[in-house]
Amino acid sequence: MNTNSNKFEPRIIGFLCNWCSYTGADLAGTSRMKSAPNLRIIRLMCSGRVDPSFVLRAFQLGADGILVLGCHPGDCHYQEGNFKALRRALLLKRILRGFGVDERRLRLDWVSAAEGEKFAKVVNEFTEEVRALGPLHLETYMHPQSQGEEPETLEVAA
Amino acid sequence: MSKPKLALYWAASCGGCEVAVLDVAEKILDVAGFFDIVFWPCAMDFKYKDVEAMADGSIDLCLFNGAIRNSENESMAHLLRRKAKVLVAFGSCAMDGCIPGLANLTTRKEIFESSYQQTPSTLNPEGTRPRPVVAATEGELDIPELYESVQTLVQVVPVDYFIPGCPPQPPQILAVMSAIMQGAALPPAGSVIGAGEKTCCEECGRPRKEKHLKHFYRVWEAEPNREECLLDQGVICMGPATRSGCGALCVKANMPCRGCYGAAPNVIDQGAKMVSAISSVIDLQDPAEIDAVLDQIADPVGTFYRFSVPNSMLHRKQPSA
Repeated sequence: MNTNSNKFEPRIIGFLCNWCSYTGADLAGTSRMKSAPNLRIIRLMCSGRVDPSFVLRAFQLGADGILVLGCHPGDCHYQEGNFKALRRALLLKRILRGFGVDERRLRLDWVSAAEGEKFAKVVNEFTEEVRALGPLHLETYMHPQSQGEEPETLEVAA
Repeated sequence: MSKPKLALYWAASCGGCEVAVLDVAEKILDVAGFFDIVFWPCAMDFKYKDVEAMADGSIDLCLFNGAIRNSENESMAHLLRRKAKVLVAFGSCAMDGCIPGLANLTTRKEIFESSYQQTPSTLNPEGTRPRPVVAATEGELDIPELYESVQTLVQVVPVDYFIPGCPPQPPQILAVMSAIMQGAALPPAGSVIGAGEKTCCEECGRPRKEKHLKHFYRVWEAEPNREECLLDQGVICMGPATRSGCGALCVKANMPCRGCYGAAPNVIDQGAKMVSAISSVIDLQDPAEIDAVLDQIADPVGTFYRFSVPNSMLHRKQPSA
């Protein structure tokens, strides 16, 4: 639990491919490596299954960062799903930028089934990066009542 | 038996939806004959107080076009919701936010700066800005307040049906009106009516093939041929992410679909769907090469969400931290 009320604990959603990255995460666990507990993992069959709307929906529902992990280029169980994920991530980052969401909140990386250590490293790095970016408050704009106010009122006190 | 009552209203819109209603041509006389038109500010002289005086639920059908962008739009949305039995979000603005919704990619402050200060023809040394209430010698004057964000109709009040399009195509409007006039059973609440249940591609008719793109063209850079799929030819066409119903009019004029019929059925976010579609057709694997091709898509947000920024999952541009 969050014991220090001043410390922001980012909520991070991880979309992990079944064949490499999820197994890599499993290896990190069975090897008792420590990694940040901020990541909530959703296992998918392939990083190419990550529809851009999954990422946007996660942000909309309160995620502060999204981590997509797939097999290394050339290792995809379905030949080229991870390349599709790569192209989507690159284009989606441009969309995020256009909406004023820091593109660093979305990270795509490759973790093989043997890379438990890399998994822990990526999760820790990303958690700290998102922590530094601070909370993402999209939901404030969902309600018409909040419209017409000066933007200052929408910011959350540190 | 008294005639059913019909109201039409425009909020933040261009007036194109009103023209589209009139574009049903002589059939408008059937509409006028069948319905008692009780409110239509664009075409007839009605006042807001006339609507306020009506009993709640006394309007049988209200076609509401335009987005919700200021306090007047919002109060009319609430008023008409109260007075109408069936409220229809009519056209892309009311349904998705449409072109006015692109204002969500900027802020009210920036809009005022641009409109009241930075335009070359503006002389405003005192930095005057619109104020909702102004004290004048005659008393207090008020104007509607512009909101920070554009909302769709359903983001403000419950909506019964949605008719997409910028504007909705007259044959579709007529089909809906005829069905109502013939007493057809109403579809389930929340339905999109006056449109198809597939993507624009289904109406386009151009043969599609496996796509392997390494270059995108803007419409002025190359004239596409009239036979092949426009996306196959590297022209960004919103067809794969857009609902059918218009008859693929733009494509038939050899212009790409811009996406005015909104997200295709079962698609939550039109732009996200387009990100997916475009990512699938680029035949490259190197990040730098992919980025170079993506650079050819000018303004991806404005292109993929041209008609749907307020109805998108991210809804608006976030203020810079």
